[in-house]
This record gives sequence, C-alpha cells and structure tokens, in this order.
Amino acid sequence: MKQKTEVLIIGGGVVGTAIARELSKYRLDVILVEKEADVCTGTSKANTALLHAGFNADVNTLKGKLNVRGNELYHQLEKELDVPIKWIGALVVAKKESDMDKLEELLENGQQNGVPDLEIIERKELFELEPNLNPDSIAALYAPTAGIVNPFELTVAFAENAVENGVEVLLESEVLDIEEQDDYKLVRTAQGDIEAELVINAAGLYSDKLANMVGSDDFEITPRKGEYYLYDKKLDIDVNHTIFPVPTEVSKGIVITPTDEANLLIGPNVEEVEDKSDLANTREGLDKVMRGAQETISDLGMNGVIKEFSGLRAAIKETEDFLIEASEKVRGFINVVGIQSPGLASAPAIAEMVVEIVKDEYGQLELDTDFNSDHQGIPRFRHMSHQERAKLVEQNEDYGEIICRCESVTKGEIIDAIRGPIGARTVNAVKRRVRPGAGRCQGGFCEPKVVDILAEELGIEQTEVKLEGKDSQLLIEPAKESLQKGVIDSE
Amino acid sequence: MNKQSYDLVVIGGGPAGLAAAQEAYDQGVKDILIIERDFELGGILQQCIHNGFGLHHFGEELTGPEYAQRFMESVADRGIEIKLNTMVLEVTPEKMVYAINSTEGMLEIDAQAVILAMGCRERTREAIGIPGSRPAGVFSAGTAQRYINMEGYLPGKKAVIVGSGDIGLIMARRMHLEGASVEAVLEIMPFSGGLTRNIIQCLDDFDIPLRLSQTVTKIHGKERVEGVTVSKVDDNLRPIPGTEYFVECDTLLLSVGLIPENELSMEAGVELDSATGGPIVNEGRETSIEGIYACGNVLHVHDLVDYVTEESKLAGKTAAYFLQDKIDKRKERVEVIAGNDVSYVVPQQITDKVADRKRVDLYLRGRRPLENVRIIIKDGEQELFNKKERVIKPAEMITVPLSEKMIDDLNSEQIEIKIVKEGA
Repeated sequence: MKQKTEVLIIGGGVVGTAIARELSKYRLDVILVEKEADVCTGTSKANTALLHAGFNADVNTLKGKLNVRGNELYHQLEKELDVPIKWIGALVVAKKESDMDKLEELLENGQQNGVPDLEIIERKELFELEPNLNPDSIAALYAPTAGIVNPFELTVAFAENAVENGVEVLLESEVLDIEEQDDYKLVRTAQGDIEAELVINAAGLYSDKLANMVGSDDFEITPRKGEYYLYDKKLDIDVNHTIFPVPTEVSKGIVITPTDEANLLIGPNVEEVEDKSDLANTREGLDKVMRGAQETISDLGMNGVIKEFSGLRAAIKETEDFLIEASEKVRGFINVVGIQSPGLASAPAIAEMVVEIVKDEYGQLELDTDFNSDHQGIPRFRHMSHQERAKLVEQNEDYGEIICRCESVTKGEIIDAIRGPIGARTVNAVKRRVRPGAGRCQGGFCEPKVVDILAEELGIEQTEVKLEGKDSQLLIEPAKESLQKGVIDSE
Repeated sequence: MNKQSYDLVVIGGGPAGLAAAQEAYDQGVKDILIIERDFELGGILQQCIHNGFGLHHFGEELTGPEYAQRFMESVADRGIEIKLNTMVLEVTPEKMVYAINSTEGMLEIDAQAVILAMGCRERTREAIGIPGSRPAGVFSAGTAQRYINMEGYLPGKKAVIVGSGDIGLIMARRMHLEGASVEAVLEIMPFSGGLTRNIIQCLDDFDIPLRLSQTVTKIHGKERVEGVTVSKVDDNLRPIPGTEYFVECDTLLLSVGLIPENELSMEAGVELDSATGGPIVNEGRETSIEGIYACGNVLHVHDLVDYVTEESKLAGKTAAYFLQDKIDKRKERVEVIAGNDVSYVVPQQITDKVADRKRVDLYLRGRRPLENVRIIIKDGEQELFNKKERVIKPAEMITVPLSEKMIDDLNSEQIEIKIVKEGA
C-alpha cells in the first residue's frame, strides 16, 4: 500500500511528536513514522526528565537560544496537554571558593540567555532549601524556573494531540530507504512506501543513518550512555530541587532530582559507546553515579533503590549543539538532529523553529481553524483524594479495581492506555502511560494482570504479549505443552 | 463515599489474616471484616501448589491451597464477612480504613481495631542492582510461580536462578518438572538461604547444581534474555575479577529475599524495626499504635506457614482482648534486644499483663550458620535461659519460650537474647 503526504516526520520521540503537534495547527497532511511499537522508546524515555532553566549553554548556540523559550512554552503546554510538570527549581551547589567563579559565570551566561530570576544564594539559605546536602556545600546558583516533567506522558500527549488534529502516526514502521524523486521523496518503510514532499529527520540516534540514505551526510551521531538509579517514593532523604554539582572540565557531574512522581533520581554518568542499541547498565557506570551523588548527599546508597536504567544521548561531537536546518545538499529534507540535553526542555521551541523552516520551504502555511489544542490525559487515580476516587469509580467500575498496588493503578486507567489514540501495545507502553510496574515491586505482582488485560483488549494470546520490542514475549508457551509433546514423541 | 463500621478489620486474607480473624471470632468478637485484594482468599498459599505445609499445625503434610482451604472454610463456617477484590488505600492512626472495589466504590470503614496482615513482596533485580540489559525473561521467582501455577504459562525453557531462598529452590524443581532445564541455582552467600529439606527435595533429587559464593554480574540479551555472566564472590560478597563465566539461558529467576509490605503501616504512623522490616510489636503483636496489630509476613518473614498461623492467632486473640478491655499494661515495659549473632527478635517489647497467659514465645533468627552454640537470655547480669543448639541456620526460625513467672520476676527493663559458641 502506497501513501502520500505533504510532510513525513521520522521519529516518535519528544522532538518528532512535538513537531507533529505543532504542524497539526496548520492545514497540512502529516505522517509520523516510528520504528518501534510505541512512541517515546529511544532517548526520550531514558533521561533525567528535566526542563532546564537554560543557564548552561552558550548564548551563541541553538541550545542557548531554544532552551529558555522551550521552558517558557511548557507553562501553556502543561495545561493544554494535561501533562504534570513541577516547577521545583534547580540549584548548582558550590563546595569550595574556586567554585564561586563558576557560579558567577553560569549566572552571567544564564542572564544573557534570558533566564529569569537567577540568583546566587548563600549557605544559610541553601540549607533552608536543601537540609540534606553535605555540610561542605557553601553556596549555590538558584534557578527557580527549572522544572521536572514526565517524559513518557509528555511525548504520548504530544503524539495523541497531533493524532486528534489529523496527523497519522504509524508505529513499527522503520524507514528502510529513502529515494529522491523529482518533486517528492519515496520513503520505504517496514509497513509500505510513503511519498512525501518534505521529510523531517527526527530519528535521534539513527538520524545520521537516515540522512545518509539521501546523501545528507554532513553530521555524525555519537551515542553517549548515561546511567541512573531511581529510588522508592518512600525514601527518608528529602530533596526538593534539581541539584547539580558545579560542572568541571571533564564532567557535568551527577544530578540529584525528584521526579514528577516524587521518586528520587540520580545520574547520569557519560560514556561514549559504539552500539546505538546498547542500553545495558554497567557496574562501573552505576558505581560512578552512586559516588557522584554521594559527593552532594552522602546519605544516598543502595537502600531504597527500585530501578537502574540507562539512556543514550544523540550527540554531534564536532559542535556539541543541536543541528536544525533544511539540508543544503538535499531539497525537502530537514534535519532536526543532535538533540541531546537540553532537548526535552527545548522540544516545543524546536517545533516552533521547524515550522518556520517548513514555511521557508513551503511558503506560508494556512492555519487550521479546527485545531484543538486541548488533550485530555488519563485519570490519575494515584494523585486523587478519596472523594475524587469515589466519583471516578461511580463513572466506571473499572476504576475501582486496583491492578498495581505500589502505584495504585486501576484497571480503568490501563484500559484507557490501551484504547487511547496511540494505544499501548506492550507491557512497557502501558507502564509509560499509567505506571503499573513502575513502583517498588517492579511489576512482580501486577505484571501477570497487565499481560491478561493486554491480551484481552488486543484480542491476542498471553504468549503473544510483549515487554517492548518485537521479540520480547514474556511467556514462552502454555504450561505442559512441551511435556505433552514429549509424551507423544515417546509413544 | 460508602461509610461502614466494624469492631475489627483484618487487612489481608492470606494465612495470617484468616487465622487472626478466626481466633478473634472464637474469642468473642463477632463484627469482623476481612479485606482481600485478590479474587479469592488464601494469599500466596494459592500459588504454592507443592506440599510440605501444616506438619506442625495440623500434623500432616498439605499443599498450600489445601492449607489455605482449611482456614477459608473455618472463616466461612463462622460467617465472618469478607470483601474480595478490594484494595485498602489508607489506614489512619485513628483506625479509619479507606478501601476501594468495583462494586461498592470507595469505602470509608471505621474500625475499633485493625490487624495488618498484608504479607510481603519479593526483592527485585533492580533492588540489588544486577548490571546488564533489561530484556524480557527476568522474573522474580514468585511471579514465575504465579505464571506457571495460576495462569498456566511457562515463562522460559532454560533458566538460571539467583538466590537459594525457599522460593528459588521450589521454582527450580517446578521449572524442571514443567520441562524447562535449570542450569544452576546461584547463591551469593557461602550457605543456602533455604530450608535443608528444600535443598534435598528440590535440587539434589533432580541433579540441579547449587553453586555457593557465586552470583550473576551481567544480564545479556536485548529483547529476551540470552544468557548471564556469573562470577565467584569474595568474603565481602564482591565479584572476583577473572572468575566470570557465561551461562546461556532464556530466563533468569530471582529469589533474593522478601520484604514485609508496610507502606500502609508507615502511612498510619506505625513504627517499624529496621531489622525485620516490619512493625515493632509487643508480645500480643500490638504495634506502636494502640488497637493496630500485625502478624504473618508483614511483621517478619517466616520460614513456615505453621508459625504464621500460631502468631496470627495470638494477634487475633490480643485484638479481641483489647476490644473486650481485658488487657492491663505492665508498670514498666521490657525491651527485648537482639544480641550477639541474633539478626532479629520478635516481639521487640513485652508490655502487657494477660490473666490466662502461661508464657511468651520469642521468635528469633541467627545471623549466620553456626554449630554447637548456646542460646542465652540475660536479664541484666542474671541468666534467664540457657540452652544448647547443635545447628543454627539463618533460614530457620528459632522459638524460645519465656514463662510468665520469668517475666514477672524480671529485674531490669531490658532483656537481651544472644547466640554464643559453646565454651566461648
């Protein structure tokens, strides 16, 4: 089956989906293709989930320009997309007198980038904000506009709101090749061919591979691994802000931050790797993360850890900046690549910028007056008062059946996740949307129940239910099956 | 919100909750509610289809479901009220219980007394930080047990098991009997964390190797487990470089410890003991909040369900006596201290005077395997109890009785229980 579209976006991460949603404001045919069975499965799913204030990057870089604007746009997006954001603020903590120069430098740089309300606070005030810091902390740069977001809910919300406004999202549609035709590109995907007038390359780690398909070969993506520890919500070490150490020449240091769900997260280290699918945790990496975090808060340890994970940043080493431009070599091909930190914070501003590039390529775009900016998220039983819960279960009895005890996730929420505009198809996709298995038992109790609900909703066998990728089935076969075969064989 | 009230609310319908409710009823409390989150009573026993339950309590060998059935029937015979598929969301210090189910909606239940019997959960791969990838095929042993015994699916065909706790041993045999091959059971400690009978009946009888002082140091495979790297560990349990070897498998089961599930207890303000992971209780299993009791694996992880039953009956009885105003507090409370080579002791306090009581049993666990030791209880300088034990294993619980007279005659406000090598 061959499809035609005006714009094809490759990549269902936060960048691709934010662009899709931004383009859905205009009268334009847009298709987004994603190689995996869900959006938000690459760099977007495994990072520190920070909405940086924007004081780090140089004012002359895209990072410096887009971070502050992106951060600002999230204030509107959190309402429109029903995505929870906590504006907790960030601290860069100095430990010695020589760090003070660096704080001043960051302050000045941040002010140049237009970061509001930055200030350097003294030890006394710092300890009022963060009583659990190591006693050798002496001062901090305080950035009250920094926030934390749930990157899974955010990316799904971008994608679903785009779909609600006419964008088509095709999953499990890896791009295999791109052929340049006279006035369009023929994009061959795992699910068939698509003729696109304009192609937007938001393929993250694989964006150089994609660009090479059309001869736009002027950048290379280097995967850099970062590892993390995630703690139980019930940890007796309170942290109220995103805490950075003072960056050194060699390292940005290990961040300590609460997540939007009030877990504590520590990480990431930086390790260049060869393999773009290498998400394995390593002893060395995890140890670096723990030691780094202990330099800021020494009480942290393995006690209370519920999860390790790692993510890969898609870096362009030559520039260490985003690359967002229409390819000079190939007409109708826009690269939105090298989006590492602060990519999540910048995503809405990146989308705005890409729309401007599309306008340059396409001429003026016509606004779609039917655009609906509002997306309704799935009810969050875990955050509700008992009264709100009582009302919710009156609407639908499935909200009265708790499937995940650690995160208080109801059957109703899981069904909503599966039936959504971009419905969850895997155990991890359900987890990203509504959190069963994201808590302290890591799915030990609820996973069999989630498997059952997925099988029932999708009309498939339990043995066909996958954790994430196409060969990640959880269960091999019905019990006794091979034994029965064995009996038959021996007869 | 649906408002209800009961004299006694029992949270959890596993062996602990059932025995506690039964005993409270027999002691004269008739207005009892058991709240169970699953679709049936019996708790984790329902997936423990192997035998070996009930030797102490019933004097016969039962399977898990059979053991549970006896208590389910006795609770049914007494007409004790039960809510299934109902999750407790909050217990307040004032003993207001908030729960939800799909038929009645949100429930606000006013209880005069509460028994916490929520059981435990399994420690995960993530909690112990095994490096490597995160593919399908890594299960906690109990989850795998549920998949096979309750759901009817085999989670893998070639397994390695980390941890030689009882569930790990039971699952090694279970996987083998289901036609999977079990490559090895690895134990990081130099001794097994499981019952001796389980090592013999589950591993030795099926030629499944138990490898001590070894653990998995890396998980391989992107989508599905493809194998694990195993390393020997030193005396400090750290992997020894150079000892690594690769084992091909499609499944990794973890049996690396159980954690009492006390999130509800914590929210209620119940004080916990860091050694047990459960509430600090007195000899009647009353927690730091008057009228809230705890028993079974939510209190401390037991080796045998028979002892869960024993302990839970005690909690049920105390709750009944509390409701009937039959308990007097002692003038001074006695702290029970876990001393040398004792990892924990339950109860942690003795606080009550109970008219018809003959003795108080102390449950304790040894910190390490030892031979030819003496268990000693000291009241200041005075020795209350001194008994020889030939073998002590951390896996097996030790019960030490204290007579009522001994308690009455105590000199100090603190007694210490310790394990010492004979002659030391």
